[in-house]
Amino acid sequence: MSTLEIKDLHVSIETDQGTKHILKGVSLTISSGEIHAIMGPNGSGKSTLASTIAGHPRYEVTKGEILLDGEDVLEMGPDERAQAGLFLAMQYPVEVPGVTMTNFLRTAKTAIDGEAPKLRTWTKEVKQAMEKLRIDADFANRNVNEGFSGGEKKRVEILQLELFKPKFAILDETDSGLDIDALRVVSEGVNRAHEDNDMGTLLITHYTRILNYIKPSFVHVFVDGRVAEQGGPELADELEANGYDRFLATAAAGV
Amino acid sequence: MTETPEKIAGVEVGERRITIPGFTEEGENLAAETNIAADHTHGGLGESKEITSGAGSRANRHTGFNLAEFPDPTGREEEWRFTPLKKLAGVLSDTPTEGAGTDREPVDYQVSGTVEGVVVSTLRHGESPRGDVLQPADRAAVVGYKNVDEALHIKVTQNTEVAEPIRVDITGKAAGARANGHIVIESEPNSKAVVVLEHRGSADFNGNVEVKAADGASVSVISLQRWENDAVHVGQHDAEVGRDATYKHVAVTLGGHTVRLNTNFRYAAEGARAEMYGLYFADAGQHIEHRTFVDHNTPRNSSDVLYKGALQGETARSVWVGDVLIRKEAEGTDSYEKNQNLVLTDGARADSVPNLEIETGLIEGAGHASSTGRFDDNHLFYLMSRGIPEDIARQLVVRGFMNEIVQKIEVPSIRESLADDLERELRISGH
Repeated sequence: MSTLEIKDLHVSIETDQGTKHILKGVSLTISSGEIHAIMGPNGSGKSTLASTIAGHPRYEVTKGEILLDGEDVLEMGPDERAQAGLFLAMQYPVEVPGVTMTNFLRTAKTAIDGEAPKLRTWTKEVKQAMEKLRIDADFANRNVNEGFSGGEKKRVEILQLELFKPKFAILDETDSGLDIDALRVVSEGVNRAHEDNDMGTLLITHYTRILNYIKPSFVHVFVDGRVAEQGGPELADELEANGYDRFLATAAAGV
Repeated sequence: MTETPEKIAGVEVGERRITIPGFTEEGENLAAETNIAADHTHGGLGESKEITSGAGSRANRHTGFNLAEFPDPTGREEEWRFTPLKKLAGVLSDTPTEGAGTDREPVDYQVSGTVEGVVVSTLRHGESPRGDVLQPADRAAVVGYKNVDEALHIKVTQNTEVAEPIRVDITGKAAGARANGHIVIESEPNSKAVVVLEHRGSADFNGNVEVKAADGASVSVISLQRWENDAVHVGQHDAEVGRDATYKHVAVTLGGHTVRLNTNFRYAAEGARAEMYGLYFADAGQHIEHRTFVDHNTPRNSSDVLYKGALQGETARSVWVGDVLIRKEAEGTDSYEKNQNLVLTDGARADSVPNLEIETGLIEGAGHASSTGRFDDNHLFYLMSRGIPEDIARQLVVRGFMNEIVQKIEVPSIRESLADDLERELRISGH
């Protein structure tokens, strides 16, 4: 049983126009086996939260804490966070020229586990995971994300999720740009990781569509860098019916 | 053919091209127009913008054996403007090899891997095929040529196929001591060989190489510059490629204080394929310069040029100037050249200048590309967010970048030793 705690997190970035405050005090606690959905309009800070947890150097934490089983995550580099059991499925996975998927997956698995995976079982595991996600076998020989379509990149993110077996996964708009078949395949992958590894999940999305496949137990509505409201799955249904207007009006009134 | 049309300066070329708009079949004004159009930025860091003009055409570059026609360069000449001339003073003078003819010469040559059908001898001035292929195009080449009494001659006789590489180990034994070298590689019809020229140690080395690939021959020349840090090396490597022959030149420059190689080829007939590949890694204080010239002087030949380099450290410097000239008579030419640089740290500078001149519209294809980019922090973050430590992530990206060239080398032991070299180079940068 693990816990990821985010306490009063304030985050800003440097832009050409000066410092911009994006997260203004976010608190969340996720335990193993739980699925939390974070929903909210564009620009509300959802992706900033995801990148900050993963340790992207662009985001500066000005206040607050992130703790993984009591350990200070903010003290760790991005590689140490992944080794500690955090995984970010990126909204825009990066193409890495000249590095094959096979080499990349094996290098990452070795770094995360602290030892090289046994070649025979590993090769088989990769092959099976690719089949389940309907990723063509020849992707193993291609360079990381290079020339992959948007949907293929998202499948490859979930492939890593299944192979690396993190304690907590943050899915940053994994559903965007997916057609209905790809959405189902990707969701099945997340659900498998959830069931097999008792993974805790932070699911960031604009739309309720993915929630038909991945069922959250908690829903948090993000507005203007804060959690504006929390609830159970029924909150997602309400957002589907009424949109974010009510929260935006409250946020504006609060200024 | 279903391939998408290639474009040069917005003009469609390649298989699907019908005619080039505005150009007559005779190719009037083509060179001038192409050159103007080619005057665009090739993107990237620390890079200079190149302007070529009809008058600066590669076709007009002077070549010859008469030293009087090659005055001391001032640094303003097109072929010298990127070069630190002071550092080359020791190899530009009209000077013989130190201790020439004695056993105290600063550079030692060891030839190995010769088998039956391979003849090793020497050639004095005036003895053919010495000087048949080499066309000295700057002062360095002409003083090097003049000051070698006996050139090393390696002949692969007709129909001989040499399975293992023929090696020439060129070892400098005295930093700052002048040595002139000249190697003539002659590949007779339908022969096949790989020749490895491996430079180690230190000297002020001026070495010319000429390669004659006869009809149907297949020749690879792999020139490894693994000099010590205080070595200086200039050289011109020329080749003439015969009918239906295959020629490949690979330059790998890792060591040396200042290295400037001019590698060139032209054709004797039709149906040949010739390639030039290069890989370099410039550290602090190093100047590594490669100039390539593909002379499409006869019809229906193909060429490919690809040079890739990494730079790290203050004052690390690389230069690549790639000239491709498709002459009026070279109809049916298919040609491409590209240079890519990866700048790993602040303070390094890469100059990259592709020059493409086309004098006929009747070609299969022609293109050029150049990019100079910084090590991408997004690559680093992506790999690190998957648990990969920073030093390994950097190695993965740089090795991935370089691998395209390493794979072109058909000698497994060289591929393996290069992987080790590149890891060592990356460790030097302190990441």
